[in-house]
Amino acid sequence: MHEMSLCEAVVEIAVEEAKRNGAKHIRSLVLEVGVFGHVDPDALAFCFSAVSHGTLAENARLVIECIPGSGWCLDCAKTVPMTERFGACPECGRRHVQMSSGDELRLRELEVE
Amino acid sequence: MHRPDIDSERVIRIERDILAKNNDAARQNRARLAATGTLALNLMSSPGSGKTTLLVRAIEDLKAKFPISVIEGDQQTENDAERIRATGARAVQINTGKGCHLEAGMVGAALDDIKAEPGGLLFIENVGNLVCPAGFDLGEAHKVVVLSVTEGEDKPLKYPDMFAVADLLLLNKADLLPHLKFDVGKCLAAALTVNPHLQTLVVSAETGEGMAAFYAWIEARASLSRAAAVAQA
Repeated sequence: MHEMSLCEAVVEIAVEEAKRNGAKHIRSLVLEVGVFGHVDPDALAFCFSAVSHGTLAENARLVIECIPGSGWCLDCAKTVPMTERFGACPECGRRHVQMSSGDELRLRELEVE
Repeated sequence: MHRPDIDSERVIRIERDILAKNNDAARQNRARLAATGTLALNLMSSPGSGKTTLLVRAIEDLKAKFPISVIEGDQQTENDAERIRATGARAVQINTGKGCHLEAGMVGAALDDIKAEPGGLLFIENVGNLVCPAGFDLGEAHKVVVLSVTEGEDKPLKYPDMFAVADLLLLNKADLLPHLKFDVGKCLAAALTVNPHLQTLVVSAETGEGMAAFYAWIEARASLSRAAAVAQA
């Protein structure tokens, strides 16, 4: 359950940004989570309510946006969708693909009041 | 109706990496280790793969060549640190309590206690867990994943994150292979599917089989760390 410590980081960053912007409460948070990240979105949601208790983010809505995987195929010289880390190119079948998205773990925005 | 002019609600764009704090601490650790020319290896595996036995053997065999220190991560007990201290190496135990992995800040605090001698080796034995430690940079030079042949040969496919981030796979307990239906080739192929850049060694910490290759791997990288520290000084 490393999602617990990730959630602590999420709440810490969110509260810091909210205070800096003079907000009294955080209504929602938008997280971007790549499909290849080491994170289970359900576990994140579960941990979030526990970790945010007693902070500006208490009762805030956690929106998790899954970022699909994609990579640059060196042989096809274009961006192709990826379904697994180090997976083969869906068009040419070779494994010369460098992952370009799918590893994100980012707090994108806050809705505050 | 949405009236942004009088609305007290607003959206703040942040775009901040959630692991940034850990990564900052890892960067600091890496700079400290580089300054002393210390080669740090982060050892990760499931519980029971033989990490501590492997470390004890490696320390016995390498301690004449390098000052060695160890950071031990476990949820509870000082048992592993005591096993390491019995070899004469410096060991600091981190108990993570409920935590399932080490984080860079914990390693930074342990570095304060260890005061590593220049040009040495630092082994960081992560909490036994094939999932969570994969996402946390500790500032190590290399991540080493230990898998034992008593586990399934498809573990790299089942837990790809760990094998994807590692630089070296040690397939341990090779002395048990005659008693098992474990296809080494299949296991290594699975690991290389997940990470084509992974280096692999088949070893037995019990009999010492294959350990010489591991030591050669360490020595080559330790000399690079030392040389870089001398060049920096």
